Amino acid sequence: MSAIYILWLREVKRYVRSRAQIVASLGQPLLYFLALGFGLGPVFQRAGYGSYLQIVAPGVIGMSVLFSSIFSGLGLLWDRQFGFLKETLVAPVSRLQIMIGRTLGGATVAVVQGLLVTALCLLFGFRPVNPWLIPLAIAFMIAIALVFAALGVAIGSSLQDMQGFQLIMNFLVMPIFFLSGALFPLSNISKVLLTITKLDPLSYGIDGMRSIYLGRSAFNPATDALVLTSIGVVLLVIGAWRFSRIEI
Amino acid sequence: MIRVQNLVKNFGTFTAVNDVSFDVNEGEIFAFLGPNGAGKTTTIKMLTTLLKPSSGTIQLDGLDPQTQQNEARKRFGIVFQDPSLDGDLTAWENMEIHGVLYHVPHKLRRQRSEELLKLFELWDRRKDQVKKFSGGMKRRLEIARGFLHTPKILFLDEPTLGLDPQSRNQLWSHVKKVNEAERVTVFLTTHYMDEADRVAHRIGVIDHGRLVAQGTPREIKEQTKTETLEEAFLALTGSTIRDESADPAAAMRQFAKMWSGGRR
Repeated sequence: MSAIYILWLREVKRYVRSRAQIVASLGQPLLYFLALGFGLGPVFQRAGYGSYLQIVAPGVIGMSVLFSSIFSGLGLLWDRQFGFLKETLVAPVSRLQIMIGRTLGGATVAVVQGLLVTALCLLFGFRPVNPWLIPLAIAFMIAIALVFAALGVAIGSSLQDMQGFQLIMNFLVMPIFFLSGALFPLSNISKVLLTITKLDPLSYGIDGMRSIYLGRSAFNPATDALVLTSIGVVLLVIGAWRFSRIEI
Repeated sequence: MIRVQNLVKNFGTFTAVNDVSFDVNEGEIFAFLGPNGAGKTTTIKMLTTLLKPSSGTIQLDGLDPQTQQNEARKRFGIVFQDPSLDGDLTAWENMEIHGVLYHVPHKLRRQRSEELLKLFELWDRRKDQVKKFSGGMKRRLEIARGFLHTPKILFLDEPTLGLDPQSRNQLWSHVKKVNEAERVTVFLTTHYMDEADRVAHRIGVIDHGRLVAQGTPREIKEQTKTETLEEAFLALTGSTIRDESADPAAAMRQFAKMWSGGRR
């Protein structure tokens, strides 16, 4: 237990100390929120779909949680060769504990990041229908963070060098974001796109947050929670397995 | 303290370590020398539970690193070829995490961290983030950390690579001090023959996966009828240059260099 705790604490401390990085990583979601929210807002309004700003806010929050959590996992590639992780792999501690500590740490940081983005969105005009339900939305953030931190660990354990990292970025992380419906509502989209969207775990996280914040959703909040939890469990098992196989 | 018998490691058809046997006694400083790709790091990985031997046996303080992994791990400390500190954390925090991972009781952990940081002349900088340290300081911290859980054996894989002569000297004098004070067995690899000559009690020379000589530095020089250890080394291993094919770790190292501007 103490090993899990100290590795979790390590991730949190690193995050708190990288102030410049925190500010930088808030820039991108905020840009999406403001530019798209206010840029596409009027067209959206005229088409009779309501306020785009409200639609895109949960998407942008989901995006920041996705990026933060998946990168913490992928960072393993670096950490195991030039970082502290290598040290932990020869310590008298089971690999499972190390993986859990690290994944929880990465997920915690991602949730904090998501909360910061939520606060910024609220500041710039995002209005949830019922602010008292925000804790429920946080539960969805935690689920998204765990799913993608575990996915990141699974991939980060399997990658051999930095070239692979670029591939993952372009062919996995960006598609997960763009195809999740983070930037568009899932109503009235083509069958093909909807099918693809249904294969993307992030869709369920964002849909879940939308149902809480906006009171409407494409799937169903219970379905969203169930799908996310199941995928999360599967990915955590795969992540732990891949992690136990790391050779350095 | 370390007993290796008929150790073999195959990667596919390639034999990285071929029938190597040696003993290292308690309290001894043993230098493991060899050209690039000779099998040094592979041997260290097998000794430190990171890699499974294809055949042969290893005993660390009487324990088999494969079957009694955690017990064996408590008995050794290791300093890797690549840095393994957390740069965002302070020197003290790096020591703390290590202590927790090795189950060193709270009080003892603090006391020993203090002693070691003082000995390695890092006490005044304990609250600084490690990324602000020089290459030599980082190395010293890694070694101090390796001693924290009072291991019986310390493995050092090319610990002085990239350090200036001053830092190298200082590093070895510290290692020697702890070796004498705590009777820690030290198993090291290096490319600097003068270091091995000065520091090591005994030396093993490995080439193409085979142990080609072992003995005290003097014995090895006598055996090869040479004046210096460097000449003896060349006499034993030939003067052809070994080009290692770039493995993923080497590619990463290149990348790291690019990003850190050539600093370690």
